[in-house]
Amino acid sequence: MSPASSPSVTATLVPILYLVSAVVFIFGIKGLTKVRTARRGNLLAAGAMLLAIVATLIDLGTIDYRWILAGLVIGGLIGSIAAVKVEMTGMPEMVALFNGCGGGASVLVATAYLWYRVVEPAADGTPAALLGADSAVSSVLSILIGAVTLTGSLVAYLKLRGWIFGRRISGQPILLPGRHVINALVGLVALGAGLAAMFLPTGFGLAPLIIVAALASLVLGVLLVLPIGGADMPVVISLLNSYSGLAASATGFVLNNNLLIISGALVGASGLILTQIMCVAMNRTLGNVLFGGFGGEASAGGGGASSEYTNVKSYGAEDAALVLESAESVVFVPGYGLAVAQAQHVVRELADLLIERRVKVTYGIHPVAGRMPGHMNVLLAEADVPYEQLLEMDTINPEFKETDVVIVVGANDVVNPAAEKTPGSPIYGMPILKVYEAQTVMMIKRSLSAGFAGIKNELFEYDNTIMLFGDGKKMLQDMLAEVKAAG
Amino acid sequence: MMGPLLISIYVFVLAIFVGFEVITKVPPTLHTPLMSGANAISGITIVGAFYTAQTGNVALSNILGCLAIILATVNVVGGFMVTDRMLKMFGQKRKR
Repeated sequence: MSPASSPSVTATLVPILYLVSAVVFIFGIKGLTKVRTARRGNLLAAGAMLLAIVATLIDLGTIDYRWILAGLVIGGLIGSIAAVKVEMTGMPEMVALFNGCGGGASVLVATAYLWYRVVEPAADGTPAALLGADSAVSSVLSILIGAVTLTGSLVAYLKLRGWIFGRRISGQPILLPGRHVINALVGLVALGAGLAAMFLPTGFGLAPLIIVAALASLVLGVLLVLPIGGADMPVVISLLNSYSGLAASATGFVLNNNLLIISGALVGASGLILTQIMCVAMNRTLGNVLFGGFGGEASAGGGGASSEYTNVKSYGAEDAALVLESAESVVFVPGYGLAVAQAQHVVRELADLLIERRVKVTYGIHPVAGRMPGHMNVLLAEADVPYEQLLEMDTINPEFKETDVVIVVGANDVVNPAAEKTPGSPIYGMPILKVYEAQTVMMIKRSLSAGFAGIKNELFEYDNTIMLFGDGKKMLQDMLAEVKAAG
Repeated sequence: MMGPLLISIYVFVLAIFVGFEVITKVPPTLHTPLMSGANAISGITIVGAFYTAQTGNVALSNILGCLAIILATVNVVGGFMVTDRMLKMFGQKRKR
């Protein structure tokens, strides 16, 4: 595919190396779906990437390597430092940023390719004729999808981090009036300008048209993610992950490179599967997540302001420890609040102490607990919780009836019985962890404030619920001390 | 018979199916590592970036190409390393 420079040996060798690389990518991704093989799978994929890079350098032959080397060194340094330094609690932000980088790379490659082949040689005719209509159209798609991935991921990153320019921003959806019309118009501008650039003769302002297309796509990415609230982030991150793969595939169509097409498609499929899993776990359609602006307007129909609670039992750490002492089985239910309070290590210490005293301890993990798919699993793994103790929703739900104590740390909507019992509630139909069936439910929470859905949680008023008000980490530390003292 | 575009579309569609087949039923424990590992793979665009940065000229295509290589390398190196870090934590449990 590179112009000239390829004698016949490399012309055959390189595609074969690409094929091997694609196959190893597939094995790598397959490995990532089982705990036992996951680490090897990741290493295989990294190896496939290295092979792809080497094959490409062979294909390019003798060229000037200065720009390439500079890019590799700078990027490698930034990437490795970021990967080593990031805290596990900052993982959703990191994933969002890396994702944005992938999308950004696709925009830049497509744009650079257009400049390299059409703008800089100042060729006559239309780009569609010069590059082939398929390459030309794909480059527009690559710019569009890549740019949406880039800025969408950056907005997601800012929402996850929770502040910008030193000011706090809320995870709440930001809803512009008439946003669907605006989005459609911006999308049409991006696509229209891009296609015009490809099918009009180069003299008609090729460069400005491409820049307009790229800018409109960048704006579109921002507009698409702004209206999506914090608790929907697992869906958004999965979807952006899928986009970054599709952008890479589109780049493959531009360059006629099957390796890019295949690897991009694999990533696209994996992102779509995760998106699907997340949507099912919230009983919502993808369209509803993307266009619904859930949480902002829903509270009106939720029935009653969230502050109106009666019959709430508030306990201190000492009383809670007393209850724990007579428990034979305990289930921890973590939520986003656990990540915010960084309480994962204390949870594990308390769990270890209970296990020492022959209490059966497990963890009930809701698929959308936290801000990205599998967020809780990563946090608890960091705190050395054996993954065998982490039970999925379907496994743990039948066991709550036989459970003595459930300790809910920083979760709210995913344990709200309204999802089962209140038709008309915004979360009605969402599968929840049935903690209310347990003997005693301890809710560790800062206040009675509503969760992301903005609705009342009747669980707080149940007879078997006790509220432990305070910072999650502090409260668990106090409980840990009390249980220790009592033993 | 079949133009290059059509072949590419065949490859794309089949690869999507392979992806779906291979990844079905990933356990929730691995959702994050799968996502970040797959994400690193999307940095494969680095290969495309090489083609646009292959001369020593100081032209926009080279500068954009170099930027693309930087972003893609961050994605690839950071993505695989951070995934490995996470998976190492998952693996340790079994030894205890």
